[in-house]
Amino acid sequence: MTEAPAPATPAQGGEGLGDKGLSGKSLADHLREIEFDPRMIGMVAALAVIWLGFDGLSGGAFLTPRNLWNLLVQSASISVMACGMVLVIVTRNIDLSVGSMLGFVSMVVGLIQVRLLPELWGFEHPATWIVSLVAAVALGGVIGLLQGALIAWLAIPSFIVTLGGLLVWRGAAWWVTQGQTIAPMDSRFRPLGGGIEGAIGTSASWAIGWAICATIAVGSVVARRRRRRFGFSLRPLWADVAIAALGCGAVVATVMVANAYALPAGIARRLTEARGQVWPEGGLVIGHGLAVPVLLALAVGVAITFLATRLRFGRYVFAIGGNPEAAQLSGVNTRKVVMLVYGLMGALVGISACIATARLNAATNSAGALDELYVIAAAVIGGTSLAGGVGTIAGAMLGALVMQSLQSGMVLIGVDTPLQNIVVGLVLVIAVWLDGLYRKRLG
Amino acid sequence: MDITSPLVEMRDISIAFGGIKAVDAVSVDLHPGEVVGLLGHNGAGKSTLIKILSGAYRADSGEIRVNGEPVSIGSPRDAKRHGIETIYQTLALADNVDAAANIFLGRELLTPWRTLDDSTMEAETRKVMGRLNPHFRRFKEPVKALSGGQRQSVAIARAIYFNARVLIMDEPTAALGPAETRQVAELILELKRQGIGIFLISHDLHDVFDLADRVSVMKNGRVVGTARTGDVTQDEVLGMIISGKCPAGAVPGPGALRG
Repeated sequence: MTEAPAPATPAQGGEGLGDKGLSGKSLADHLREIEFDPRMIGMVAALAVIWLGFDGLSGGAFLTPRNLWNLLVQSASISVMACGMVLVIVTRNIDLSVGSMLGFVSMVVGLIQVRLLPELWGFEHPATWIVSLVAAVALGGVIGLLQGALIAWLAIPSFIVTLGGLLVWRGAAWWVTQGQTIAPMDSRFRPLGGGIEGAIGTSASWAIGWAICATIAVGSVVARRRRRRFGFSLRPLWADVAIAALGCGAVVATVMVANAYALPAGIARRLTEARGQVWPEGGLVIGHGLAVPVLLALAVGVAITFLATRLRFGRYVFAIGGNPEAAQLSGVNTRKVVMLVYGLMGALVGISACIATARLNAATNSAGALDELYVIAAAVIGGTSLAGGVGTIAGAMLGALVMQSLQSGMVLIGVDTPLQNIVVGLVLVIAVWLDGLYRKRLG
Repeated sequence: MDITSPLVEMRDISIAFGGIKAVDAVSVDLHPGEVVGLLGHNGAGKSTLIKILSGAYRADSGEIRVNGEPVSIGSPRDAKRHGIETIYQTLALADNVDAAANIFLGRELLTPWRTLDDSTMEAETRKVMGRLNPHFRRFKEPVKALSGGQRQSVAIARAIYFNARVLIMDEPTAALGPAETRQVAELILELKRQGIGIFLISHDLHDVFDLADRVSVMKNGRVVGTARTGDVTQDEVLGMIISGKCPAGAVPGPGALRG
């Protein structure tokens, strides 16, 4: 398809089964030609509709820097887990235990940084936050590997293993402190959850934003050169430029929104004075800038995308999803890959546990309740097929944003909680139905 | 050709599933540049036998020799290391990824940074597919979108790209039209000229008879007999397949009808 179309040879190398005939190219064909997933456009359009709709219904309260900033922070934890869930679902498995695991890991993290480490080296030690984070990732990873081993080596269906995990880890979360909530968290740990101390400020945000834009630009030039060197067909220059520009535009817009969300005057004043500057008469507007959990989620998204598309491991994950027997016959150690996917899922739950705990500034044994459903919903809305083999990380992260937008939007316009759940449930079902229709039409 | 030591020799291979002997003391061999047809009804044990050679199953007993050396084949990876490549009846393609990903599955080319070298893999795929199926253009699409013949070419490309010495083809033309069947036949002759040994598994006698130098017929997990295609008629081989009666021109195996 990327080659020049050859309508004169309908029997391309055979009986031409599956060839779309000779009629003019559809929009989808054009999009495929520039290697852009049309489903992504659908997702962005859905997001735009949701945002504009809620903005109208709430009288302009939705599309404010403050709300959008919070929206991104709130979706960070689900986004991180959705990245792992994509890989799990791509291998034709499921993980129902992530919410409970998050609760258990949160409790252990709370215990470590509020009770264990302070006994060892006192409160507010500079290494406390990183030890907590590493411990969370390690614990999550070990739990994930354990569940993965049961699924891969003992061939217990993943639905059952992780359904068991859902009960086990929720119970274990209670057991850590007999149900007591642990608070407050270390001050260097709290930025992981966002809030004022978790905003990196306007100049740092611009620095990161421009760095990302530069990476996008360089990346597309390098990719283009590479294809030319191998003599492959190139997508039209305008398409490359447009896609890069779109990406950079999104980055710049995000930074601008984050920077436009001003700190409360009192805090801005304290900050100014702490820098040894004078607080001017009329006040001073200091923006939040990007939030740490959002950057963390983005970093995870980039890392997992790299793993899924550029590394052998990711190739195996998708091949297993497409045809487990074929992968095995090709010499792929499918069991090991499945186990590692669950290990990765667990490690990501560890990161999410830190984000959630830091955001709440407390570890509670009910943390993460129902998160498994939001995570799965985010992945599925983001185009991950439950039949396996198909899914993108970027889609899942957008899916998480869609879910969170729905939820925050409904809170903003004062929809009751039970009705919120009903709407989210219906949207999930309808989204999957539409996606199925779309896939069928595309063949 | 009988003077050289066999490329592959399977001796007294047996495997049982839940008490049923799917393959029972089967011995077959294959010489360089030779095509050996494995014939028999569905369920005769042909596919099970070749899955032992390709590493998908491990035999309960028996010995496999490659170039006269006994080897242990415990996984598809082992088989491939000995130059044994298989084209499965089901093709065993991952439908959701493109041709290059399928051809290099399990043997991906990597950049110095240990990342997938997709460009080189695509370039190599274009080369090998250009030889097999010059009209093939759909390098970027998942193989799900390809026609039966195109999928078949991808499966064949995967088998021959890595310099196979032994090629196992399980019902290679079952899903193909006449033109494509002819293409596969030409390919088999071409590979034969290159000195590759080919096991051709089929339940269609006519398919095999033209291409094979020898045929081994299986029935109920045992070898009825082995014969040069010049020494027996198609009807006689049909008799071997159906009734297990071994004609005069064939060397009888343990599965031959007695008396």
